[in-house]
Amino acid sequence: MTALTGAVVPRKYLPVLVTAGLFVAMFIAGGARYEGFFSTQVVLNVFIDNAFLLVVAVGMTFVILTGGIDLSVGSVVALATMVAAVLLNAGWPPLAVIVVVLLIGAGLGLGMGCMIHFFEIQPFIATLAGMFLARGLCYTIGTDSIPITDPAFTAAAQTQIGLGGGLWISPSVLIAVAVVAIAAYVLHQTRFGRTVYATGGNEQSARLMGLPVARTKLGVYTISGFCSALGGLLLAFYMLSGYGLHAVGLELDAIAAVVIGGTLLTGGSGFLIGTVLGVLILGLIQTVISFQGTLSSWWTKIFVGLLLGVFILLQRVITTRKK
Amino acid sequence: MTSAAPILQLTGIGKQFPGVTALDDVDLRVLPGEVHALMGENGAGKSTLIKVLTGVHPADSGTILLDGREVSFASPLEAQNAGISTVYQEVNLCPNLSVAENILLGREPRRFGRIQWKPMRRRAAERLAALDLDLDVTAPLSQYSLAIQQMVAIARALEVQARVLVLDEPTSSLDTGEVEQLFKVMRNLKDQGVAILFVSHFLDQVYEIADRMTILRNGRREGDYPTGELGQVELIAKMIGRDLAELERLEERPPARTTGTLLQADQLGRTGGIEPFSLTIREGEVVGLAGLLGSGRTEVARLLFGADHATGGSVTIDGTPVSLRTPQIAMTHKIAFCPEDRKADGLIPDLTVRENVVLALQARRGWTRPLPREQQAQLVDRYIKALKISPADPEQLVRNLSGGNQQKVLLARWLILEPRLLILDEPTRGIDVGAKAEIQRLVAELSDGGMAVLFISAELEEVLRLSHKVGVLRDRKLIAELPNDDTLTTEVLMQTIASGGRS
Repeated sequence: MTALTGAVVPRKYLPVLVTAGLFVAMFIAGGARYEGFFSTQVVLNVFIDNAFLLVVAVGMTFVILTGGIDLSVGSVVALATMVAAVLLNAGWPPLAVIVVVLLIGAGLGLGMGCMIHFFEIQPFIATLAGMFLARGLCYTIGTDSIPITDPAFTAAAQTQIGLGGGLWISPSVLIAVAVVAIAAYVLHQTRFGRTVYATGGNEQSARLMGLPVARTKLGVYTISGFCSALGGLLLAFYMLSGYGLHAVGLELDAIAAVVIGGTLLTGGSGFLIGTVLGVLILGLIQTVISFQGTLSSWWTKIFVGLLLGVFILLQRVITTRKK
Repeated sequence: MTSAAPILQLTGIGKQFPGVTALDDVDLRVLPGEVHALMGENGAGKSTLIKVLTGVHPADSGTILLDGREVSFASPLEAQNAGISTVYQEVNLCPNLSVAENILLGREPRRFGRIQWKPMRRRAAERLAALDLDLDVTAPLSQYSLAIQQMVAIARALEVQARVLVLDEPTSSLDTGEVEQLFKVMRNLKDQGVAILFVSHFLDQVYEIADRMTILRNGRREGDYPTGELGQVELIAKMIGRDLAELERLEERPPARTTGTLLQADQLGRTGGIEPFSLTIREGEVVGLAGLLGSGRTEVARLLFGADHATGGSVTIDGTPVSLRTPQIAMTHKIAFCPEDRKADGLIPDLTVRENVVLALQARRGWTRPLPREQQAQLVDRYIKALKISPADPEQLVRNLSGGNQQKVLLARWLILEPRLLILDEPTRGIDVGAKAEIQRLVAELSDGGMAVLFISAELEEVLRLSHKVGVLRDRKLIAELPNDDTLTTEVLMQTIASGGRS
């Protein structure tokens, strides 16, 4: 069957198509089973609840496309909520807070990128260090949850942007969609984006081809740090609090979303739209379980685990066929 | 043509790697509009010289003049920008990107930072058309064969307005038609005044295309010659470092006390590796394999050890057909294989001599039956003495041993399995003369004891000294099988290689 579809659509789109098919199938199955499931707002709610994860996963996609990994994203998200909450309570203007938070995230990412590139430390270890560092910094700021009462942030949390027909989204969704659009443009239409793919395809070759591999690797970790900080801000809009225990394990959700979206963990192959679908599938699983009502939330993890297993096997099949 | 000033002049280039002098005072002069072949055996320094020239490795000493100006490149990109374009030995492209991107990425047409895909595809197609290739430039490179990927790499190199084009083994994966196509392009470039530095192990190709050649041996320059003035035999003699006049008669080997046929390969071959060959190995016989690097010596060994899959032919051992699908199966038939690259394929440098030696025996016993420590010590002691491994300390880390002693440790590992056929791929390469002599003595002793040995070496003298029979390989084909009688000399071997077995 793979051979058949391979003849019609290029093989590189296959994982994304499988993911898209899975999403549609889940949505239809949910609609058939649960009353009130089959509505556009259910999909929009998935976006609303997972906007921050989507932004983080976009950054993760860049990193994974180069063949790296970023374990620090969850901690950077938590740090971002913490810094935002503290600075807002200290009376800083919201815009300044946003700029500072984003700079901290990008700076942390750049630092990890330097460790990975110049000192040739495995991304896993360098970002593991970053993960502990950022999480630890949260607790030096405070060990309790800090509420956010700033009017701009609460407005961002509560505003409903109507789409007509009673449908609505939050401002965070708009930001997340904008991030996805910009990232897709960068990945597919610019030299930087193509160099990301080249680096993931074969770093040694990319260097011998005369491509700026160093700049690209620093770039993707900076982008991942920036996206984590932005994701942290969106989470702060959503939760209206800063807390060192926010987003524990989020890095794993982000990696899962990217992999389920069909991006190869070895780098060089994958699409941003796949990541979007991956995030939607993770969100839809949660929605299904909440609609079911009788299942414990651990079923989310079980489904995600099964899906990941299936997708990694699928990737293995596709890559071995290539050879 | 010879009167023109050189476009590229390397003088006194030296390059050290830890423990090895890769290049020592090497000169190279390449004229505009010539194809200049860089010749030498494996490890002679050809690839290192090219990497120094193109900014992959910095040189330790010496100067590079490009068009009369001194240059020094910190990266391949700088070399490219200066007009030196390179196709490296392995295909160095990104298989996941499209053909067009592989040709143009880094120089792609852009407007406001956005890649202009249409002009890019058109330009890529034009570049390929110049090579007589019509590919779907939007398809990922991985879809195409290695040969086409190689041509795409050449198209990328041509995309730069190169004054010097470096081609390191560009033809190893191309078929005859593709080689002809490449040569056509090379002649075309030559007419435009581009200087081409060409590395190939295929002598026929070098003689067909090259105007001059520089010969390297052991990291030193042996000389440069116009192609027409140096015969193939002389070339081979210079590459392996023997003047014809100097060749001496070698001591004769006693005839093998053969008792019977051990292994018989019939039309065994592997597509893309080695053409079908037939070979009989008798008990107690030393079969030498001679041929230049890339002639298929190692491929023969790997097939017989099951490290590669044969795509045709059959093998019988003691008259019984066997299928040597994996090294494990070969080992149960008591075949042992010491690979060429002892660091990459054999020894574990951070384990002790004892641990390295017992590894294969332990593997055969299975991990549930550990070899008693005392027995290990006895075995290892015996082989340390037999092979004169120094220092004679079983608990020494292998990394601290010299190359020759490392080789002996690897030998010991296989010898304790008591194989019937021992395959040695370049066992004496890169080790000092004393150790070399000892390994040669050991091979003779083993064969006297009834063990069959398949002995691969680039040194023809060594092959002649040890072997009862010599298989000659060229261009991945077993072209001759010569009994080692009084008439066989290194000169005859060289001539056989040079003539391709046609004489």
